[in-house]
Amino acid sequence: MSIEMGMTRRLALAAGLGAMTAAAPAFAQGEIKLGAVLSVTGPASFLGDPEKRTLEMEVEALNAKGGLLGRKIRLIVYDDAGDANAARTFATRLLEEDKVTAMIGGSTTGTTLAMVPAFEDAQVPFISLAGAIQIVQPVRKWVFKTPHTDTMACEKIFEDMKKRGTTKIGMISGTDGFGKSMRDQCVGVAGKYGIEVLHEESYGPRDTDMTPQLTNIKNKAGVQAVINPGFGQGPAIVTRNYRQLGITVPLYQSHGVASKQFIDLAGPAAEGARLPAAALLVASKLPDSDPQKKVVTQYTEDYTKKTGQPVSTFGGHAYDGFHIWKEAVERAKTDNAARVRDEIEKTKGYVGTGGVVNMSPTDHMGLDLSAFRMLEIRNGDWTLVN
Amino acid sequence: MERLLRNRWALVLGLALVLATLPLAFPSNYYFRVAALVNIFALAAIGLNLLMGYAGQVSLGHAGFMGIGAYAVAIGASRFGLHGIVAMLAGAAVAGLLAFLVGRPILRLKGHYLAVATLGLGLLISMVLTNEAGWTGGPDGMAVPRLELFGMRLRGPDTWYMISAGALVLGVILALNLIESPTGRAMRAIHDSEIAARVVGVDVAAYKLKIFVISAIYASIAGSLMAFLNGHITPDGTAGFLRSVELVTMVVLGGLGSVLGAIVGAAMLVILPQALTIFHEYEHLLLGLIIMASMILLPRGVIPSLLARLRGGGA
Repeated sequence: MSIEMGMTRRLALAAGLGAMTAAAPAFAQGEIKLGAVLSVTGPASFLGDPEKRTLEMEVEALNAKGGLLGRKIRLIVYDDAGDANAARTFATRLLEEDKVTAMIGGSTTGTTLAMVPAFEDAQVPFISLAGAIQIVQPVRKWVFKTPHTDTMACEKIFEDMKKRGTTKIGMISGTDGFGKSMRDQCVGVAGKYGIEVLHEESYGPRDTDMTPQLTNIKNKAGVQAVINPGFGQGPAIVTRNYRQLGITVPLYQSHGVASKQFIDLAGPAAEGARLPAAALLVASKLPDSDPQKKVVTQYTEDYTKKTGQPVSTFGGHAYDGFHIWKEAVERAKTDNAARVRDEIEKTKGYVGTGGVVNMSPTDHMGLDLSAFRMLEIRNGDWTLVN
Repeated sequence: MERLLRNRWALVLGLALVLATLPLAFPSNYYFRVAALVNIFALAAIGLNLLMGYAGQVSLGHAGFMGIGAYAVAIGASRFGLHGIVAMLAGAAVAGLLAFLVGRPILRLKGHYLAVATLGLGLLISMVLTNEAGWTGGPDGMAVPRLELFGMRLRGPDTWYMISAGALVLGVILALNLIESPTGRAMRAIHDSEIAARVVGVDVAAYKLKIFVISAIYASIAGSLMAFLNGHITPDGTAGFLRSVELVTMVVLGGLGSVLGAIVGAAMLVILPQALTIFHEYEHLLLGLIIMASMILLPRGVIPSLLARLRGGGA
């Protein structure tokens, strides 16, 4: 008797499960599945955390407005904790199990490059949020990216130098990953702008005094300006030492220190220093005529309201990735992976937080130097240099 | 049951049977990939378990040897045009040689000192892989050319599942044979009491060194397999400090001195993070809790503790 009861119950359960699984595909048809593998925790969480919050915020907002093509978006986020191996496993999971039709993510260059083969094999569009140029050069059919590159920051600086008639420079760079990468990029493109690096110095990420290196630069005859590629506290110390030594030639910092914290750390010594930065950081300073004014102000407002935290360019990259994908789906009128990929590649004149994006079959990033603004520090605040 | 687990051929046969039938239950490549990762980490954990569980020596830098194996196949194939298999063997040789060279001075240390010395070794390997960007592609890693065998390009996770399963079975057979050999008995003697072992004529230093080299080769082969499976490797993902800690956790969790334990430990640490993603923000918390609970309830590791329970129940 009891066995029989157990049997019926089990049967009923099985029938119920069957009904659920049968209903699932019909329901899934109504959803557009968007995948994201981000480094939400771990050493790269300063990238992944704002990216995740931004994507969730944007998906929620769009779903509240009725979704995309009348279908709800289901965002599936996995945290790779900065581990390339885990990222690759999650990428396989998104493709094989969740069956996403597009992917935004890959917070770091390492995790992105680890996931690229999976998306190329599966032929699903992949919009990366990582910096390195290797992601889109050589162009990979299914891979795009939204952030600007270090090379572009160098070019922006050199462009400004050219305007000022500077041709001979000194360089002092941090030996951390960021400083090293940007230093290499700058040296690589200097020739294109007719700029000659007369003298180079470097410092460790935890050094507390750069006077000896700067003295060498000061004593080098003919140096007309100095660039300091670096991240964290190093550039602030360089800036202070620079003034203490009474060096008068212009000092250029990198986009790596484009935060209020840098001005606070360097104090009055930062007066007159210039650096390239994304429009997002100076949203309120942009003139109303600026094409990016609207989007950066809106995103800043939404993000700070939603999370209670200041905006970062990293969250902005996720914002741009999401909207580029969204507009591509709207144009394609389907979430079919191949059609959406074609439309992403045709993105023209998309105004995002990172700049104006014009993609092409040979350019899967689509940003030009206008993505960066040249800023000068005056009276303890940023000013736009024209 | 207990006798079955004790019999090494029963263990090997059982493992081979499980590994061969599992794919029938795999609905997609994702499962093949996770299972292949279990095999690969199990291989590395078995090697480390020989060192920790039998010879009683700690290594906190074992992922360094995985890194050597991984970068050997990447660099060997892309810069020297070596065949993948040859590059893998070369990597194993390099890892073994390095273990041999640094093993002699390092293994004279004991306890915490040994742990710190191996930690340093692991960090050094990881730093070299990160900084020699000209060879290794730096912190962003490098692509691994696909392995070609008999005119076929091996790339699917299902293919690599089969290969890694074969490697695991082979690794288990070798490890079990080693444990049953005079070397294995000498190792256990060292583990129980170094002084006693020395008194009865065991060349402690030589045995320790031998086992260190063997475990390094296990890790290197596992690293090579991981590189082939992924097609792209990074220094942190292969040789990072956290990877070393993960390997040690696998061994301790599964059970020191148990080959099956190493496999179970690897399976737990690879599968749990995947299974726990449904809990979103709480996944890391839950993973920690499960590991803690496992260590409290099964203090000698999953397999040895369960074996002891079985024995207790049978008596």
